Amino acid sequence: MAKVIGERPKALLDVPLHYCPGCTHGIVHRLVAEVIDELGIEGRTVGVASVGCSVFTYNYFGCDMVQAPHGRAPAVATGVKRARPDDVVFTYQGDGDLAAIGMGETVHAAARGENIVAIFINNAIYGMTGGQMAPTTLPGQVTQTTPYGRDTSVAGNPIRVCELLSSVKGVALAQRVTVDCVKNVKAAKKAIKKAFEYQMAGKGYCIIEVVSTCPTNWGMAPGDALQWLRDNMLPYYPLGVYKDVGEGEQ
Amino acid sequence: MADKVLMKGNEAIAEAAIAAGCRHFFGYPITPQTEVAAYMSKRMPKIGGLYLQAESEVASINMVLGAGAAGVRVMTSTSSPGISLMSEGISYIAGSDVPCLIVNVERGGPGLGGIQPSQSDYFQATKATGHGDFHLLVFAPSTVQETVDLISDAFDLGDKYRMPTMILSDGLLGQMMEPVVLPEPREPVDNKDWAAKGHQGKRKHNVVNSLYIEPLELERLNVERFEKYERIKETEQRAEEYLADDAEIILVAFGASSRICHSAVDMARAQGIKAGLVRPITLWPYPDKTIRKHIGHAKAFLSVEMNMGQMVEDVRTIVEGKKPVLFFGRTGGVVPTPKEVLEQIVKINGGDY
Ligand SMILES: Cc1ncc(C[n+]2csc(CCOP(=O)(O)OP(=O)(O)O)c2C)c(N)n1
Ligand code: SF4
Repeated sequence: MAKVIGERPKALLDVPLHYCPGCTHGIVHRLVAEVIDELGIEGRTVGVASVGCSVFTYNYFGCDMVQAPHGRAPAVATGVKRARPDDVVFTYQGDGDLAAIGMGETVHAAARGENIVAIFINNAIYGMTGGQMAPTTLPGQVTQTTPYGRDTSVAGNPIRVCELLSSVKGVALAQRVTVDCVKNVKAAKKAIKKAFEYQMAGKGYCIIEVVSTCPTNWGMAPGDALQWLRDNMLPYYPLGVYKDVGEGEQ
Repeated sequence: MADKVLMKGNEAIAEAAIAAGCRHFFGYPITPQTEVAAYMSKRMPKIGGLYLQAESEVASINMVLGAGAAGVRVMTSTSSPGISLMSEGISYIAGSDVPCLIVNVERGGPGLGGIQPSQSDYFQATKATGHGDFHLLVFAPSTVQETVDLISDAFDLGDKYRMPTMILSDGLLGQMMEPVVLPEPREPVDNKDWAAKGHQGKRKHNVVNSLYIEPLELERLNVERFEKYERIKETEQRAEEYLADDAEIILVAFGASSRICHSAVDMARAQGIKAGLVRPITLWPYPDKTIRKHIGHAKAFLSVEMNMGQMVEDVRTIVEGKKPVLFFGRTGGVVPTPKEVLEQIVKINGGDY
């Protein structure tokens, strides 16, 4: 009989995910669910789904969920957390959601030291609406709305969110990870777990930025997308810990 | 019986909400409602409640969405431009069937407009507080005491029907001081079984959501919501009448302008003119039953508003051309005087319209 290694985490409901083949959203979902299982907090966790490809997260996680307007997940999560301080609250947001329409809500939730975790999927593009430029789109990158490549003199420069938030007092953890290989997947999970633990210890706002792929809108096969991520995204968005208060800052 | 205290309208709003068991307030400053927030910031920490000043009205209404979705009694307060910014969040709240209280202490518009009292958000409050098919329960108090009483009802009915409710006040009511009897304080209730508050392993997970990608399902939900609205129209209409039973000229006015009309009716009666007043207390559902009662004996209706003519459209719809429906209003933050209204009544009485 085949041996099952790595059973489905309980916090991830047994329903098919709608993501495209090779999309890293699914891996990240699984990591979040594993962390929820390991910490034994499903019954007191509330997730906030944002607008973007990941909007249907509320169908996938076993914890209670609220769906927020585009970009407003940090504000909605603030409301949930302030109403239920003993709950563990996380948002799951794309780059368009977090860094464009929701940048204000993000910076201010961080500045308040809001005790929430933001799982931030940076795939350098708007996925759900069909591949338009995001705030994270790389210079020269071709998207549906930068058909000649992102011209920074017209469209501005990509935003490095972890670097930006690392200067904000109230942020407990800002770490950039990716899930392109087993080693990085393991590191990503560790970071996510740390973020949840920091929230439970009341340390403040934690953001885990996951450099991700969108093979569909990048117009690439899944394997090529991972290689493109390594070659193009990681140089611009270096992995690492940008802020970690460690034992400090409550 | 509790003692009467002299209170500013805006402060009474805050105190009444606390008495109704509200312990969560999210807001952003704007004249002429800032006293609500200032009062909350003082009181809430003392009673284990929360006052949180958001970075914008956009954020504050979404905090309300989060707290409401988590099942607590929650409110925000703002004035006209703030409501425009909140309209996205209000639509999501309605689409997610989350109860909450939104207070609009109106000022003149459009745009930055002014800071003087106005009723020019009537359309927005009753017809389209945000995108999509939905309504709020909208209450329009005319005194500080009534504001206090309606806040408690607004919270209770919001919970009962699982929908956002609005107190539509204005700069006049918000800034004036009047004696009020405050309601007996009630404890916060925490019994919403649909809320997203952590399932504790005891039930299936709750999802508070407004996205329905399948058109037939969204249609079914919208139709269901409008069936609920029909029940609300049947049972929750409220209006007050003053000397309307034998009146030939029926004034229709709500909130601050109804107080002016009250005086104008008295002045008209002193001249032997049979004037009366219908004062809608709920603006949605609109009290069409009360208006309809008077179509037979009225010679004409006169809608008096602090805007360029918004509610008059609802009165016309109800009267269906059976009698003339006229309009008098001042805009930009100008409050009409009883004498101005009386002049209109006299003109109409003389058949001059
Ligand atoms: C107010 C508002 N504006 C625009 C949209 C359309 N919209 C839906 S998803 C999306 C982009 C999401 O991109 P991202 O956050 O990067 O997530 P991804 O789809 O890439 O996972 C946009 C603009 C919307 N739903 N609401
Ligand atoms: S469009 Fe891109 S981000 Fe969205 S599911 Fe497909 S691959 Fe993933």
